[in-house]
Amino acid sequence: MLDYITSYLKSDLTPGSAGNLFWAFVYIVLIFLGLSVAVIAMNWLERKILAHMQVRLGPMRVGPHGLLQPIADALKLLIKEDIMPSAADPWVFWSAPLLVVITAFTVFVVVPFGPTHAVTDMNIGVLFMLGVSSLSVLGVVMAGWASNSHYPLMGALRSSAQMVSYEIAMGLAVISAVLMTSLNNEGTGTLSMIGIVQAQQAQHVWFAFKFFPLGLIAFFIFAVAMVAETNRAPFDLPEAESELTAGFHTEYSGFRWSLFFLAEYSAMIAVSSIAVTLWLGGWMRPFPNALNGETWDLVFSLVPGLTFLLLAAITFYSTARMPKHPYFKVQTIGLGGFGAVLALIGVALFIPPVRDRVQDIFWFSAKVAFSMYMYIWYRGTFPRYRFDQLMKVGWKVLLPLGIGVLVLTAIAGILF
Amino acid sequence: MAPVATTFFFYFLSALTVLSGVLVITRKNAVHSALALIVSLLGQAALYLMLYAPFVAGVQIILYAGGIMVLFLFVIMLVSIEKAQKEEQFNQQWLVGLAAALALGALFVLVYVKGRALFPDRGILMPEQSNTQQVAVLLYGNYMFTFEIASLLLLVAIIGAVVMAKKRI
Amino acid sequence: MTDRTTIDRTTIDRTSHLELEQHDKTFLDSNELIINMGPQHPATHGVLRVVLKLDGEKVLGTECVIGYLHRGVEKIAEHRTYTMFNPYVDRMDYVAAVSNGLGYCGAVEKLLNVEAPRRAQYIRVILTELNRLASHMLWLGTHALDIGAITPLFYTFRDREEILKIFEKYCGARLTTHAFRIGGCSYETYDGFEREVKKFLDFVAPKIDEYEELLTTNRIWVERTKDVGKISARECIALGVTGPVLRASGVKWDLRKAQPYAAYADFDFEIPVGENGDTYDRYIVRMQEMRQSLRIIDQAIGKIPDGPIMAKVAKVMKPPVGEIYHSIEAPKGELGYFIVSDGSTQPYRVRVRPPSFVNLQALDMMVRGALVADVIAVIGTLDIVLGEVDR
Repeated sequence: MLDYITSYLKSDLTPGSAGNLFWAFVYIVLIFLGLSVAVIAMNWLERKILAHMQVRLGPMRVGPHGLLQPIADALKLLIKEDIMPSAADPWVFWSAPLLVVITAFTVFVVVPFGPTHAVTDMNIGVLFMLGVSSLSVLGVVMAGWASNSHYPLMGALRSSAQMVSYEIAMGLAVISAVLMTSLNNEGTGTLSMIGIVQAQQAQHVWFAFKFFPLGLIAFFIFAVAMVAETNRAPFDLPEAESELTAGFHTEYSGFRWSLFFLAEYSAMIAVSSIAVTLWLGGWMRPFPNALNGETWDLVFSLVPGLTFLLLAAITFYSTARMPKHPYFKVQTIGLGGFGAVLALIGVALFIPPVRDRVQDIFWFSAKVAFSMYMYIWYRGTFPRYRFDQLMKVGWKVLLPLGIGVLVLTAIAGILF
Repeated sequence: MAPVATTFFFYFLSALTVLSGVLVITRKNAVHSALALIVSLLGQAALYLMLYAPFVAGVQIILYAGGIMVLFLFVIMLVSIEKAQKEEQFNQQWLVGLAAALALGALFVLVYVKGRALFPDRGILMPEQSNTQQVAVLLYGNYMFTFEIASLLLLVAIIGAVVMAKKRI
Repeated sequence: MTDRTTIDRTTIDRTSHLELEQHDKTFLDSNELIINMGPQHPATHGVLRVVLKLDGEKVLGTECVIGYLHRGVEKIAEHRTYTMFNPYVDRMDYVAAVSNGLGYCGAVEKLLNVEAPRRAQYIRVILTELNRLASHMLWLGTHALDIGAITPLFYTFRDREEILKIFEKYCGARLTTHAFRIGGCSYETYDGFEREVKKFLDFVAPKIDEYEELLTTNRIWVERTKDVGKISARECIALGVTGPVLRASGVKWDLRKAQPYAAYADFDFEIPVGENGDTYDRYIVRMQEMRQSLRIIDQAIGKIPDGPIMAKVAKVMKPPVGEIYHSIEAPKGELGYFIVSDGSTQPYRVRVRPPSFVNLQALDMMVRGALVADVIAVIGTLDIVLGEVDR
């Protein structure tokens, strides 16, 4: 039994591919917990970053710098009364948030956090991710229809039209990246998420910079389409606050509403990880070619630990700056403890076996985090598109652009 | 990795597909019918997966469940449910229907009986890992001409739909 | 004044707007959707209720239901003395309370045939223009928020705060200022008033550039506002629409220039005018108006005369029998007060011509055939305040 467990630690396959059920289960639990934590952290970060962009402070009351605000919010949502409008269609109303959450979490089965760090490696990885995440629109549509109310219905109509049209541009961008994977000796590409990153490793380039500027354009198309797919600003028409109050989830409250919230953020993380995998080199560290060699490998492998130590240092600094009043005693101790945990993680990341096994996850997460920051930045900067303009951008700009890039990529692939 | 509980999953998925298929035609509420149809299509996709055809399964999910059914719902949502509820669900053509069902059933039986000789006993073994590549080779190699004809046909259909729906372009 | 009366209402060509695009009847011809927008809605700026008739996303028609904030201000006036009614007018357009006060005081002064001293006039101009800035800032923030840009709101509120601080120091109130009295101002400026206003001018000029940086050339902003809620000059005049909305349609009509009141004749400023009468032009006009306001304040601070701040006015005012109409250029348009006096201490009748109320009439014409999102944009660009619409 113990051998069965430890044997995987030396393997270079994902648990799913290696047929190791125990580790597959462990990974599922880890990803689920990690995602939940990430969503909670995103909630706090979005409010803080947006607040600082808008010359205000954001949450400051619950815990030091409002660190516990998301937890307080989650508690509030859980104990709120569960309201279902009497005119709603109970079954559909009930199952819509479930569908959205399930699809949002299912896609993470194939997300490669590292060459060995995914639940499984599927032959149709990208296709699976796109397909399952396209199902989430069904949940949105169901929610809007089942509420039996005008604003949600309009939100649902908008979101279904929007998601279906942007999926096409998104698919074309994905295909041009998949096309790039086939530029090897055998001439066969792959749809497997791990395979795509390995292709980038073999070709010594992130696909965003392949056939400059074709890769970059494809990445741009995907980056726009993924914002539209996740209903985020400036494409947040289905839940346009100033127009449709809250769009498709107007009638939802309490726990059901929080499921939509959870799904929205995990969907954002999911599409970001597709973008990272396809164009930004997945788990690879930055500059694998320009800065190669043993020394640079070592330097970059120290970055994860250093990052956590830096975070710990910031936390300790803030702890020292906490008000000295006894009222803040618990908070100060809590913040110090949080810093200590961060420091411990940082130190643990310096241990060579851990370092080698985990640094992929760090780089992958860092790239995804960058993409998430962009989401917040968009929200702070852009006004909202109007419905017809959104369609115009999708069909008249991104789609032709996507087709053009696809054709040019194919030609470039033959020529070079 | 060896398959786990194949028989169980086969019967489970088949039952799901058939049951939701029945729900599609018996529900009065059109939206419920559409949702049942989605479940049925997803069950089919899972069956494809069991047949070691992951590409077909993925395409089934993306195109049917994610794309076409969303458009279906889009249309159905706008239809007044109250009006649809009052309408007659079945018309009086059960004789014709019975005949058609019997004919179809007979066809199935025929294929099953004769098919044993037509198809090899154990279907062509297609390794799961290269399934997508195999599909590509077939579509863009052996059946390239047919494939292109089909795509042209679809293009014509799209243009025709636009011309019919829009009075002035 | 003349060109406002010569145009006959019936000759106005409104067909271009009212004739809806023939929408294609398909087999999907669904029911028209009737949506109640408001009175509790994030984008109706208070308690405006708009009943929208929609075909999908397209607006077939609108109906404004107003009165949720009706307090009977005009009726109240008949039971208050002229002085007692003065604070009530602050509660109409509560984001531009100073302008309201100026209009009312000016009207009563005309009725009494007194004139406020020069120094008081200058203080009035400075405060009113500061108020115009505050009002336009609030408009910009909420308008941008409605269109989905959430950040300008916080910028404008940050800068509006500085204006409110000046008001608070001057008269003790931030919003409902009651800054002026009939016959002048009741407060002398506080020590360092000029310095602080000057400091504020230096502070706010780059901030206005900052707002423009965020929006003016932003592609999405331009797309959302260009050719949205178009209204021609003739239509504006026919409906009595005034203020920036009228000027954005190309009519150079500003009461500060056309019939100068207070000390406006002394100052050198321009009237920004638009061309197309769309939401973008209204945005540009208002942004330029903010800059012009800065210019006026700068000049006023520079040559503010010394002297008394109150004219000789009796404690108990009994204006002669008669009626008077006095209007000023409030931030939102022509704000007029029509007062009938029967010679007693209380007005016989007060009628307010609120710019928001009159401008709101144009909503239906501006949004027909547009999309739902445009309704929000147009409500924002009309810059209505429900306290003034409902009174």
